[in-house]
Amino acid sequence: MATIIVGYFKRLGEDLRRDWQLYLLMLPMLLWFLLFLYKPMEGLQIAFKDFSPFRGIAGSPWVGLENFRTLLDDQIFIRAFLNTITISGLGLIFAFPVPIVLAIMFNELQSELGRRFSQTIVYLPHFISVVIVAGIVINLLSPTTGVVNLILSSLGLDRVYFLTQPEWFRTVFIGSNIWKEAGFESIVYLAAIAGISPTLYESARVDGASRWQMMWRITLPCILPTIIIMLIIRIGNLVEVGFEYIILLYQPATYRTADVVSTYVYRTGLQGTQYDLATAAGLFNAVIAFALVFAANRISRKVSTTSLW
Amino acid sequence: MASFNLYSRGDRIFGYANATLIGLFVLSTLYPFIYLLSVSISSGAAVTSGQVVLLPKDLTLAAYEFVLSDRLFWIAYGNTFIYTFGGTAVSLAIMIPGAYALSRPRLRGRKILNLMVAFTLWFNAGMIPFFLNMRDLGLLDSRFGIIIGFACNAFNVILLRNFFEAVPKSFEEAAKMDGASEFQLLWKVFIPLSKPAIITVALFCIVSRWNSYFWAMVLLRGEEKIPLQLYLKRIIVDLTANDEFASSLLTARYSFETVTAAIMIASIIPVLLIYPSIQKYFNKGITLGGVKE
Repeated sequence: MATIIVGYFKRLGEDLRRDWQLYLLMLPMLLWFLLFLYKPMEGLQIAFKDFSPFRGIAGSPWVGLENFRTLLDDQIFIRAFLNTITISGLGLIFAFPVPIVLAIMFNELQSELGRRFSQTIVYLPHFISVVIVAGIVINLLSPTTGVVNLILSSLGLDRVYFLTQPEWFRTVFIGSNIWKEAGFESIVYLAAIAGISPTLYESARVDGASRWQMMWRITLPCILPTIIIMLIIRIGNLVEVGFEYIILLYQPATYRTADVVSTYVYRTGLQGTQYDLATAAGLFNAVIAFALVFAANRISRKVSTTSLW
Repeated sequence: MASFNLYSRGDRIFGYANATLIGLFVLSTLYPFIYLLSVSISSGAAVTSGQVVLLPKDLTLAAYEFVLSDRLFWIAYGNTFIYTFGGTAVSLAIMIPGAYALSRPRLRGRKILNLMVAFTLWFNAGMIPFFLNMRDLGLLDSRFGIIIGFACNAFNVILLRNFFEAVPKSFEEAAKMDGASEFQLLWKVFIPLSKPAIITVALFCIVSRWNSYFWAMVLLRGEEKIPLQLYLKRIIVDLTANDEFASSLLTARYSFETVTAAIMIASIIPVLLIYPSIQKYFNKGITLGGVKE
């Protein structure tokens, strides 16, 4: 046993001497990961403690699962968790198919110039910050000067205070997300379509297939594996929503439908200072997210030969 | 049965319908930008009375004059440049050597190190522990904190590493014959050969730095260090609720709406300027990103 250990360190020493340059190149990144991603994990303890900043992490007493019990009794947290899943789920139904349809439509566009132009335009919003997207949404939906309400009132309908009404929040959030990301997300599917062998289309055409038929019988089945992979990734991310965007759009009046776990963590932990409770809420979400991603990969490995890792 | 029915009637109708739908999607993508631009160069009176829907009315640059004379706007703009380009330089300086070392089969502990990087893709400590850690490190309200705290991420490291791994062995062997050290190998062989991947990662860093606001909002206290997006957020989101400020801006020449639109346009312009040159890379980036761990 001892000789094995001694031998190990001897070899390690030799390796270090031989490859010291490699280790030196590795060092800054290693330190960065330890300092900024692994050291914070030590702070996860406070999810199981009655944390007080004055006593510090080590000085605060353990309370077991007390914080989690508090959370599960907290109607606001339960609501936030359900909202998270609802918003993701609605996104899956309404936003997920859009880039697929868009990619297929781009592919059917005959004019090369038109295709390049329209792709250039629809990719653009991806590069715009969420702050600006929120600003645009606030502008367009403004009850007094917003275009949407100007149209509504010119049609003789009542003006709607979209951003203060809980029933409108999800529509606004998912709709503006489609505007921002659908174009860019279509790139993945376009890459898949580009990989389809042209001979499939040629022989179908010889057999007299119409473009509509080719779209359904060739293009769609051929990109199905990509669709499935993307779907699995989405399901794996079911408890993650774009909270940085939500924070910009929501307000107390719309918390009922807009408040998600991350925004709850932000409010209780960073705006309030209930660090222990907020950390517990974040950990609760992270563990579910981890399990979902793990399960998603398992499924993907079964469904297709391609797994995510 | 016709052997070629490429131009059959049904196909043509399908083609037109398709082109029309794409045209509509393109227009609805463009519309908010055009609207913002129009609002920003219209008079405040025209906007507040609801006359601006598509095209500008009573052309004026008053809103831009107002914005460009705001000291804080320039401070925020300057900060964003520091965070974007300083941050990207630091990111590359840390990730390129690290990813290179990870790509070398002879690196002992490579498996564990790779797993350590990949694990952070699926699990991280979360908002509060990260914040407390930054506080313990003394990086609150610090420009350096913003730059270093977000320097690496697993996705970019893996992307670079995979690219380095794909560099053909023959290049490496030729350089080794000439007695190249690992440093020289990275600098003279791997970096020049991996330009597309490096540019892609640099673009990811630039775009995310330019657009981020959240951690700046959490970590920075004073006004002197805030980036443009946070400045925007404070004006657009926080002050929309503040009617007093909004009405203080209400003059005939500019209004709250025209001023915020002008700020937004001013922050979009740099993105529009680099956009054409980054296009060819993000296609590549997405395809590279699809590679397995």
